[in-house]
Amino acid sequence: MASRVKAADKRLKEQPKIEPAMLGILLFIVVEVMFFAGLISSFLVFRLSPIQWPPAGQPRLPIEVTAINTVVLLLSGFVFYKASQVLSEDKKGLYLSLLSLTAFLGILFLATQGYEWVHLVKYGLSASSNVYGGFFYALVGMHGFHVFGGVLALLWVLVRSLMGAYSSKQHLGVDLCRTYWFFVVGLWPVLFGLIYF
Amino acid sequence: MSQEHHQSFLTKYIFSTDHKMVAKQFLLLALAMAVFGGFYAFLIRWELAYPNQPAPFFGVVTPDKYNVIITLHGTIMLFFVGMPLLNAFPSNFLVPLMIGARDMAFPRLNMASFWMTFVAAILLISSFFVPGGPVAGGWTGYAPLSASSEFTGVKAGAVLWILSLALIFIASSLGGINYLVTVVTMRAKGMTYSRVPLTVWFLLAAAMTFFLAVGPILAGAFMLLMDNVFGTGFFLPGKGGEPLLWQHLFWFFGHPEVYVLFFPTLGFVLDISAVFARKPVFGQKLIIGSTVVAIALSFIVWAHHMFQTGMNPTLVTPFAITTILISVPFAIIYICMFLTIHNGSISLEPPMLWALGFLATFLVGGLTGIFLGAAGADIYLHGTYFVIAHFHYTMFPSVFFGGYAAINYWYPKMFGRMLNKTAATIHFVLTFIFFNCTFWPLFIVGMGGMVRRIADPSFYPQFSPFVHLNIFATISAMCLIATQTIFLWNFFSSMKNGKKAELNPYQANTLEWLAQSPPPHGNWGPKLPVVTSGPYEYSEPNKTEDWHTQAPSYKGEASHG
Repeated sequence: MASRVKAADKRLKEQPKIEPAMLGILLFIVVEVMFFAGLISSFLVFRLSPIQWPPAGQPRLPIEVTAINTVVLLLSGFVFYKASQVLSEDKKGLYLSLLSLTAFLGILFLATQGYEWVHLVKYGLSASSNVYGGFFYALVGMHGFHVFGGVLALLWVLVRSLMGAYSSKQHLGVDLCRTYWFFVVGLWPVLFGLIYF
Repeated sequence: MSQEHHQSFLTKYIFSTDHKMVAKQFLLLALAMAVFGGFYAFLIRWELAYPNQPAPFFGVVTPDKYNVIITLHGTIMLFFVGMPLLNAFPSNFLVPLMIGARDMAFPRLNMASFWMTFVAAILLISSFFVPGGPVAGGWTGYAPLSASSEFTGVKAGAVLWILSLALIFIASSLGGINYLVTVVTMRAKGMTYSRVPLTVWFLLAAAMTFFLAVGPILAGAFMLLMDNVFGTGFFLPGKGGEPLLWQHLFWFFGHPEVYVLFFPTLGFVLDISAVFARKPVFGQKLIIGSTVVAIALSFIVWAHHMFQTGMNPTLVTPFAITTILISVPFAIIYICMFLTIHNGSISLEPPMLWALGFLATFLVGGLTGIFLGAAGADIYLHGTYFVIAHFHYTMFPSVFFGGYAAINYWYPKMFGRMLNKTAATIHFVLTFIFFNCTFWPLFIVGMGGMVRRIADPSFYPQFSPFVHLNIFATISAMCLIATQTIFLWNFFSSMKNGKKAELNPYQANTLEWLAQSPPPHGNWGPKLPVVTSGPYEYSEPNKTEDWHTQAPSYKGEASHG
């Protein structure tokens, strides 16, 4: 019995310690994934039903611009990945410029999305006239809202970085922000494929 | 880290990050909201027994008011009484104490979770003061009633209801994430998962089930909000929408949600049974395994709430099968509960009475569920009071028998004083009798064919044979509500006048009984407890005492006076 107790205690010590905040953000992303799963399944109920999709008389969605915008967002994810890589080598200057580039690309994505929205509203894609328009604004809007939240977190991390809060040894805040950013970046191609095609 | 620092009233009682204070805030919120929920229950029963006669303290319950009242009764009892009482309150109070931690992993998130819940409650209540009044489409918010004001005349009330629920759902999932992270990362030395008490296991099961299930209903709430505010038509057939979609989203969440309100009680009952029968819990690992199976199944049973709605009939059989199947893991857990008390030396202290009361009453709820899970029987029973009786035989034992069991059991640790035992026993006996007298007749009324969700049964001559049973149920319900004043008196007066509690009044093994009553900020003395045994090692052979604590080397506060 005593030896079993000892073995159990030893196992507990050897377990790699999970950073609580990282576990928290991962669980939060699980909730987010389920949220978008709910929205996307609702969308698919209509998309896969025999009704005409898109309904007649709807403006054409800007596939080309949005495809470029998708690349912009994916690029921002890659730049963020590079940024945290150089942070672990303590190349602070390069890290700061890469992180700023990430934030810039995120804001560029949002601005382009907003610009396209204004055009679509002008061309008569309305949320209230049919479910097609409703889902476009609901899905794209909800994703945009999450990107906005991610950009705010990015700017916060950027400010903290300028104050010298992070280094190769201390980078939890960067990791948390990156994890969340990867989520909003990874979600977009799925939505793009579903909504625009 | 054990801090005896001075705190202002504001940081100690209002914006507190101490898990025990947050727990008490949740408990008080639940009790306050239960007063509203109970009053609405009284009005519902009054109208069913004495239609169109003015109810005391209210006046005539007209059909439109009746719709508002049943909606708010359901919303409040499930989300503002059940979840705070069974999830937030015990998780906050017990998780750190039972695993030997000083606080939650994210204390400020914890505080935020309470205040978001509080604001959600205010939003719900404020819907009384907007034009059109509060939401009146039923607590399930079925579209299109909830999606457009043309059906019930409620506009702002519906928006407030959606926002309120979305807020409490977000608050509860943040809370759930907090509990889970706390258990994973902050267990005391030696507290392996097999030594974690079942109460904590089940609180985690509830938290996990909740935050896995809540996403789709939040998506539904978002779409419902757009229907109400921006004029989209996701759930409105007139605009090409699909009202059944709301029901799918709602019940995908709604069915796991009833287990969220049921799992914690299983944990309390098992822990309490072990202590008051002086026996180890039977089949601890079997119970945990069954719970995992039940959680997995709970995500694929939701459409049994919708057999009558005109959903695709091909789906009926698979959902009926999963529904019947889910009773297997619960039956295993139930048998383990009986085997835990079997041959024990049982002492009928109030917490044990509530636990036994739960076993007796929930069994009726569980067994009648099988009738409703079988699609053929459900088509006849679903629209009737049989469903009301079944639902209350599951939820009332879970929320109230389980909640009262927890409050009675952990009261000495929370407030440092004992509840009055005579009053607690009388409270249990009367609640048990009046609960059964209230809801048992509803099974009969329901099988006779009396339909639910109608305000004035006297309008329908075919319900006239049920008048006497309805009056009997109503009088019992009024007695049931009146009985709860015994509890409220006991709860509040014992805080001041109760007998001083010892550290460990029940000679229980789990860690929370090592801490002071009530535990100070930081819970433990200078050194954290070190755990060397499991939580249920009662009545071991060849030992002089029939219990031993999980952390025998713990010195407590003694070392610094």
